[in-house]
Amino acid sequence: MTLDFGNPDRPNSYIGKTVPRPNAARLVQGRGAYVDDMVLPRMVHVAFVRSPHAHAAITGIDATAALAEPGVLRVLTGADIAAVCTPWVGVLAHLKGLKSPPQHALAMDRAVWVGEPVVAVVARTRAEAEDGAALVEVDYDPLPEVTDMMTALDADTPVLHADMGDNLAFRRLHDHGDVDAAFAAAHTVVEARFKTGRHTGVTLEPRSILVDWKPGDGLMTAWHATQAPHMMQVVLAKHLDLPESRVRVICGDVGGSYGIKVHIYPDEIATAAIAKIMARPVKFVADRLESFTTDIHARDHEVTGRIACNADGKILAFDIDDWTAIGAYSVYPRTSAIEGNQVVNLCGGPYDFANYRAQTTVVFQNKTPTSQYRAVGHPVAVTVTEGLVDMAAAKLGIDPIEMRRRNVFADDAYPAVSPSNMRFEGLSHQASLQKLVDLMGYDALRADQAAARARGIVRGIGIASFIELTNPSPFMYGIGGARISAQDGCTVRMDPDGSIVAASSVTEQGQGTEAMLSQIVAEGVGVLPAQVRIVTGDTQATPYGGGTWASRGAGIGGEAALQAARALREAILTVAGAMLQCEPATLDIRDGSVVDMADGADRMPLAELGRIVYFRGDTLPKGLPRELVQTRHYTPADYPFAFTNGVQASYVEVDTDTGDVKLLKHWCVEDCGRIINPQLVDEQIRGGIVQGLGAALFEELHYDAEGQLLNGSLADYLVPMAGEMPDMIVAHVETPTLESTLGAKGAGEAGTAGAAAAVMNAINDALRPIGGEVTAMPFTPERVLRALGKLQD
Amino acid sequence: MKASVGGYARATDLRHALDLLAAGDGSARILAGGQSLIAALNMRLSTGDLLIDINRIDALKGITCDGSRLRIGALTRHAEIAVDPLVARHAPLLRKATDVIAHAAIRNRGTIGGAVAHADPAAEFPACVLALDGIIHVEGPDGARDIPAADFFVDVFETTIAPDEILTAISLPVAEPDERQVIHEFGRRSGDYALAGVCLVRRAAGHRIVCISVATRPELATAAMARLDAGDPDGAVAALEEALDPPSDTQATAAYRRHLAGVMLRRAVADITGETA
Ligand SMILES: Cc1cc2nc3c(=O)[nH]c(=O)nc-3n(C[C@H](O)[C@H](O)[C@H](O)COP(=O)(O)OP(=O)(O)OC[C@H]3O[C@@H](n4cnc5c(N)ncnc54)[C@H](O)[C@@H]3O)c2cc1C
Repeated sequence: MTLDFGNPDRPNSYIGKTVPRPNAARLVQGRGAYVDDMVLPRMVHVAFVRSPHAHAAITGIDATAALAEPGVLRVLTGADIAAVCTPWVGVLAHLKGLKSPPQHALAMDRAVWVGEPVVAVVARTRAEAEDGAALVEVDYDPLPEVTDMMTALDADTPVLHADMGDNLAFRRLHDHGDVDAAFAAAHTVVEARFKTGRHTGVTLEPRSILVDWKPGDGLMTAWHATQAPHMMQVVLAKHLDLPESRVRVICGDVGGSYGIKVHIYPDEIATAAIAKIMARPVKFVADRLESFTTDIHARDHEVTGRIACNADGKILAFDIDDWTAIGAYSVYPRTSAIEGNQVVNLCGGPYDFANYRAQTTVVFQNKTPTSQYRAVGHPVAVTVTEGLVDMAAAKLGIDPIEMRRRNVFADDAYPAVSPSNMRFEGLSHQASLQKLVDLMGYDALRADQAAARARGIVRGIGIASFIELTNPSPFMYGIGGARISAQDGCTVRMDPDGSIVAASSVTEQGQGTEAMLSQIVAEGVGVLPAQVRIVTGDTQATPYGGGTWASRGAGIGGEAALQAARALREAILTVAGAMLQCEPATLDIRDGSVVDMADGADRMPLAELGRIVYFRGDTLPKGLPRELVQTRHYTPADYPFAFTNGVQASYVEVDTDTGDVKLLKHWCVEDCGRIINPQLVDEQIRGGIVQGLGAALFEELHYDAEGQLLNGSLADYLVPMAGEMPDMIVAHVETPTLESTLGAKGAGEAGTAGAAAAVMNAINDALRPIGGEVTAMPFTPERVLRALGKLQD
Repeated sequence: MKASVGGYARATDLRHALDLLAAGDGSARILAGGQSLIAALNMRLSTGDLLIDINRIDALKGITCDGSRLRIGALTRHAEIAVDPLVARHAPLLRKATDVIAHAAIRNRGTIGGAVAHADPAAEFPACVLALDGIIHVEGPDGARDIPAADFFVDVFETTIAPDEILTAISLPVAEPDERQVIHEFGRRSGDYALAGVCLVRRAAGHRIVCISVATRPELATAAMARLDAGDPDGAVAALEEALDPPSDTQATAAYRRHLAGVMLRRAVADITGETA
């Protein structure tokens, strides 16, 4: 089977074109159906009493007053839930040494972060449940809290989980080549300390779940705002003791996820347990404060990095010491060690160098648990790597673009293996860098920067190359024992009128999955995209699969859809050949009709074929296969991950009186392999960049020394908003993966991976002539001013 | 979180509103634009309130000028202030402030009476009203009171308005022919409350300076005003920074706020003198 994607004049050429999103009209009409829109007969609401302490023993719970409140139906404690729901442990076997204690849906005898659910109050309405929750009396004995990352392992710091021995959750050292010798012999060495701010995903739609339990059928149905319905199915089945076939997870419209909605949250599992206990539908929708204290946090890293170069700027070695604090539990089932592990895997990623040492130290503390958020670990690794590369270039007097030209993997060097043992099938650093230079008019921009400086205006240009991990194989989770599918499937069916229904296991979170699938299926079968109806997000109606995470929907789910669509095409043509008395190979399907392959002459509409197959099958030869439903699955196997690459640039202006950083413009060139829908890809990149810019300038969760979250609202936790966003110019180099027919890699995280580093480098480029450097994100006006030495306390 | 409200009543006129307020016996709350109150209710910072909706009271609406004073009804929306020709002519500071207050949706609902009664030290209108030497008009069971802005603001969210009184209007002296009124502030994002800001008014009697977001209430920066009257902008900046004791929070330390107030004053002075800061 060959598909000439390079030929824009080929029939049914939807792959590679911007086609309208099938679900856009419904969403724009306000007819989206989110979990909160769902109303079921006998439905009740749950609100949670949450720990006000970062660390405290729970010594008593009195629900008398709450139970007397109008509308309150039931109050449940950790022990009540534990009677029907087993605890879980967030470890993976291949992350050697990772430890974490069993976690219950509701805290049992100890609460370990501010916001941990302790008691559940069920009432007729959410407001009544909150009224009840306010009246539950919980007695706490405060315990000493662990809140500082860098002293978490000190001898005089209390141990959070006594039976674990210490506060070390995970440590991994990767050592390649002879790092010490490389540093000893280097012409230039630069060392710096970087901090990335703890932040969270801030989905527009908060976490939401509605669970119904029908004892008669023994069937649990969960309507869930989730990225991974099958993973949720496994978890509900396992911990509530049900067969997987009796758990149905439905994921309708989802208002953004960014990794937040791919984890197991105790309040959501408690909601399911309560449904089972009460045998009626129970709904939980997190409010914004709950989102800030219980959605996973991420990016809380402090890193010391060193780079060694020779006199020509050739990179000889990186030496990275990464620390991160993850809360009191490793999050189930993907764990909280992946982010640190990624930092080790990804530092130095774009560069061809020989000596690499990196260690991550992952510690427990009494804060909200951290886990995977869009571009897991990438922004940290890219910030450290690109920060060091720029600092070394400045010290050597080499232009940052030239510095990268001298060090990136050559475009003809593939396949290649990095010093961190990452395997690259085919990347395009050199071509991407050149495209960026052309796109931004690099030399003219440098001239503009100099002219501005002559007028007293301080501007800077920052570059950040990056690699992005996409299309993960079972090497990411399955190998570690997690029941998280790296495979996806698609079932494509032709209905009697010739229209097509395709059910896929990848999910729609608002990013355009269904548009991508509709155009692949349309091209694969040979119909118009409007003739394709996509079904996602229902474990009972779609094939089994992984869902949305790690930039895998198009590359893996798209390939399964293409294979299934091509199989349906073959099946249709088998029938058509019999009906038209000709070789199926001489026929094609175009725009919903069977045609002659050679000249495109119309032979028969699909509706006619459908009429015969479904209603007059007696007229077809006996024994003729007429399987107008085809299913295919796909799992990447040749490489553990399909790496992509790219490079971003930022142009900023710094107000040296206020410290304000204005984003003037942003560029990104990236290579996600085959582009299925240019507009969707560009908007993925832009949205990702915005989240990276948020990390650079705005987003940071503040805690005090007692572990109290200080800014759990959108007034105090600043997300990037349109007013501050620069124009973003996006372009692509296309190096399709040879592992699949489709050739698509992921594009969902590239923007986030590199944006913050580009801004940091731009600010430092601006500050360098006047003396000052920033390395602690976010680069607030105050931090910039302090870096300039302009603020005295 | 879901709000827990004790009740709701729509007042038909001022008398009705005052009666409802009296009947509420301490738990009644005026609902104007709702842009501060509803947010607080939705976070259950306040529960059980009996809301008295004043949005239909015509007597609280409208902007008039009698030649010497500009009178702005309490229910005038920020968005109306932004485009009103009388405001633009007689109190340009208020018009300029609307450029930096919140976002369009909030300006469409929020009222000047609500903003002044709410007395958030980070809000622009309270500072402007004091900088312009305005009067706050209130009405209570015992009749009307006129409170000079200098006597109105007490503390964070606290004013001298009594629990049984309603703010009906504010009035301002119309700007003199040579009067200059500017507002300079710095926030993290457009529409955010300022980390620090300065209202500067220059009229025949002298300069008036009121800062935003650096104290528990809007206050005249008298020492800095005196330095400006003496033609000493550097001294004014130094005097302002010296006098301020701003709060620290997750957005900015006291030191940074103090520094910013100085930068904003410098820019405000440059703005009215036509020089670059
Ligand atoms: C996201 C957001 C951003 C914002 N940013 C800014 C900003 O940058 N700058 C700024 O200044 N404001 C800002 N605001 C607040 C906004 O300007 C409000 O409109 C204003 O503070 C209150 O006016 P209101 O009419 O909405 O009052 P309401 O919210 O209805 O009431 C506020 C308080 O005043 C009392 N009250 C209202 N009217 C009267 C009256 N006539 N007599 C007696 N008491 C009364 C109420 O009982 C209540 O206690 C922001 C608001 C939001 C939601």
